[in-house]
Formats: sequence, C-alpha cells, structure tokens
Amino acid sequence: MSGEREMHRRGFLTRGLAAASTALLAGCDELSDPPWVKRVLDSAEELTRVSQRALLSPTALAREYTEADLSPAFKANGSTDPGDPAYKAHAANGFADWKLGIRGLVEQPLELSLAELRAMPSRTQITRHDCVEGWSCIGKWKGVPLSALLDRVKLKPDARYIVFYCADNLFETGKEKDKYYESIGLVDAYHPQTILAYEMNDQTLPIANGAPLRLRVERQLGYKMAKYVMRIEAVDHIVGIRGGRGGFWEDLGYEWYAGI
Amino acid sequence: MEKREVIYRHSGTVRITHWINVLVLLVLLMSGMQIFNAHPALYLGAQSNFDAPIFALDAKQDGDTVKGVTTVFGHSFDTDGVFGAATDLAGNVDERGFPWSVTLPGHRDLSMGRRWHFFFAWLFLFNGLAYLLWSLGSGHLRRDLAPSGKELSHIGASIIEHAQLKFAKGEEAKRYNVLQKLSYLIVAFILLPLMLLTGLAMSPGMDAAFPLLLDVLGGRQSARTIHFITASGIVIFVAVHVFMVLVSGVWNNLRSMITGRYAIEPAEEKR
Repeated sequence: MSGEREMHRRGFLTRGLAAASTALLAGCDELSDPPWVKRVLDSAEELTRVSQRALLSPTALAREYTEADLSPAFKANGSTDPGDPAYKAHAANGFADWKLGIRGLVEQPLELSLAELRAMPSRTQITRHDCVEGWSCIGKWKGVPLSALLDRVKLKPDARYIVFYCADNLFETGKEKDKYYESIGLVDAYHPQTILAYEMNDQTLPIANGAPLRLRVERQLGYKMAKYVMRIEAVDHIVGIRGGRGGFWEDLGYEWYAGI
Repeated sequence: MEKREVIYRHSGTVRITHWINVLVLLVLLMSGMQIFNAHPALYLGAQSNFDAPIFALDAKQDGDTVKGVTTVFGHSFDTDGVFGAATDLAGNVDERGFPWSVTLPGHRDLSMGRRWHFFFAWLFLFNGLAYLLWSLGSGHLRRDLAPSGKELSHIGASIIEHAQLKFAKGEEAKRYNVLQKLSYLIVAFILLPLMLLTGLAMSPGMDAAFPLLLDVLGGRQSARTIHFITASGIVIFVAVHVFMVLVSGVWNNLRSMITGRYAIEPAEEKR
C-alpha cells in the first residue's frame, strides 16, 4: 500500500515537474511576444549604432585580405537564382540590354548599362563577408564605388538614405512588394569600400552571387549587401517604404544597422 | 569554544552586481545558443572552412529519419535527442544544434535571439564595468580577491580539502580561500572580459575600428570559437560554483549574497 502510494506520489511529482518545466519553457517563448518587450530590446540597436559610429571613423576601412586568403567556394546564401521573368530574360542575354536606374532625390537621374558601369573608375578589394548566421567567406570584388555614381547624379540636400531595389523574391510570392530591398545611410554610401560589384574572384559576377550587380558594404553584415540590384533611389526617409524598417530582412525583424 | 559569529560578508555592490549578472548571463547563454543554431559549426582562422569545422552539431540522414550528431575535430558522436536533432514540444523531430528547451526564444528565431543577446550584452557591459571599477577603487580586489604568496604556496592542501568537501571554519572562513580567489579572479578578470572581446571581434564594424581584435584573437571565426569555448567555461564554473554553494551551507551562502550576513561556524579546538 505504502509502496503504491510512493509510486503514485513519484508519478505525480514527475508529471508536476514536467508540466512546470514546460510552462516555464513555453514562457520563454511567450516572453518575446509582447510588443513592449520588442521595443525595449530594440533600444539596444540604437545604442549599438551610435556607439559604433562614435568609435568608427567614417573612412576606417574593413580589413583587406590577400589572394591566398580567398575562400575555395564563396557561399551563396538567400536567393541564388531569381525566378522573376524580366530578370530571367536579362540573364539569358548576358544583361546586354539591362540598365541600372538611379533616381529619387537627385539632380540628374541616370540610367547606366553594365558596359557603362564597367567603363567607370573601379575599385578592387579582397574582403571578408560575415553572414548574420555566423559564417564568414573571403572574396575578391571589383566594382564601381557608389560614391562615384552619387557624384554623377548629384544628391539633393534632403537625401539621407540610398535604397537598393532588387530582382529577387526569396519566398517567390510573385509580388513586387515582397522582393528584396536594402537601404544604407550616407556614411556607408560614401565609404570608399562601398561598391557595386560586377566581378567576383576575377570572373563576371555569377548569378548565385548577385549578377549583374551586388552591393558591398564591408563594415556591416552580409544581408546589407543586396544582390541583383536593379535600381537605386535616394530618399529622405525609409519609413514609408514597404515594411518601413529599411530592408527585406529588417522588415522581418533584423536590425537596420548590421554592424554587429 | 568560540561562539558562532555572524559577519558582514558581501558588500551591496557585490550582491547587486552578482544577481544582475546571474540574470544577464542566463539570457546571454540562452540567446547565444539560439544564435549559434543559425550556423551550428565552429572554425579556426578568418573564415569558415565548411568542409571541416572543428566542432559541429548536425542533423544527419539515417535511413528514413535524421539523427543528431556532434562532431569534434573530425570525430563524430551520436547525440540524437539532445544536440543536432531533438524532439520538439509537438513531438516532431527538430533539426537544430541546441534543443528548443535551452534557447531563447524556444522556437527558431535568429532575429529575436539577436535582440535579446545585444540588449543583455549592454547590461552585461554596464554591470561588469560597475563591478570592475568598484573592485579596483574600493580595494575589494586587493583586500578580498588577490591571493597572498603564502596562500598560493598552500594551494595543494586547499585542493585536497575541497576534494574532501571540508570547508574552513572560524577565522579562516571569514575570507575567501585561495581556490575561490583564483576562480573568481579568472572569471571576473579573464573569462567575462574575453566574452566581450570575442563578441566584439565578430562585429564587422568593430573589426574595422579595431583591427587589432582580429590579430589578437586569430581571426573572426577563431573569435567565434573562443566565444563558444569561453561561454562553456563559464557554464562549468557556474556548475561547480552552485555545487559548492549547495554543499558548504546553502542557506548561509544564499543569505550572505542577499543580505550580506554570513554565519561563521566556530573553529574546532586544536588538539
């Protein structure tokens, strides 16, 4: 009898403990749900951005590596082959008729073909690409400094952000508003290592890595470096654009300032 | 025989920063495992050699099912149900490094994990700075933590006493023993600051501002690996620390870290 009761009690205890730990752990999940929790946690992003901007001079360069450091295979993440019909048509014909549009808060909107971009002064850099997931690859990039393009179109004084609209739609929803986009501030836009790359590892930029043009923002994480850039727009604020947080991953909860 | 005496053991600063650190490190650990799960493999050097991580928690195909496998320097171990693949609350096989039960949030959510991690990283910095500056300024470091030459020379005896779970009484119990001093020094002045440095070395922004971080730590992926190993070291410290608290008078220890008051058992008469 006492043995049975003991068993009973033990069963009760085990079940009780299991239920309590489940409640506690499920609580860990729900802990992240209330909007005010997100708001409080988000305040750290601003502190991080302001601190990093204070410690990081606008012209300080990300480390550049040597040919010997190049990754044997530069990982292609996210979209690797956009399904957009217009993009596919351009890709099939080697982007010969493709043009990059630059507009928004600029004095002289511009459309440039790949050949015209290649004819402009270029910068080549071997840099480390840090993915938000945690891995790093080293690649060699050649492209047009974004600052050179901005100088040509002449930003209006109220322009504060540069927005990059891309051809890829990671979840292939077929909707324009779900396509990839990114934005950076003027500090990064004019940084010497911020380029629109058309070559990777001495080859024409492969489709998996963002052909015809991908952005490089070397002092931030990989998701800032939009692939398949189709047009560029200078704007005074990002709040009204799509999800309002300044980028595809940002709208899904990632930080706009991706310096860490 | 001497009387049982109650002393004031821990200052307010030590008590407050200690408990803030308990909360902060718990959140950092759990959100850190969430972040690790986004790419559950570690490498040495600047970049990721995807074919040969030095450590990985993988889900590997095994017939019709997947099995959790942990790989360390090329040696694989079956860790199914814990690391690499485990069962989630709904009873489905969940392919990820650390199981849902120890990550924050529980479900897979890298962006939320990062928000928790960086917010609490700032609290960790402020709390740690407050403690370190106070320790230096108040003499806590010199008075309570720095071991004397004499103490260091008797470290062997102290290790044996600890292994036998014999704890100091009387006058001797009023101070930390040499093993306590050394472990607290290592944690507060080496491991925890190293967490911060290796964390910053993973930031492309901080690497551009302080390239020395990369040189000192051996590259970004090495820094990530050191971050992981140091965190593991802190987990081991906490396990031993909690064990010692339990076996050396749990209520007395807890009370001293809450109210500051600590009872000293009288020393046995010398025979």
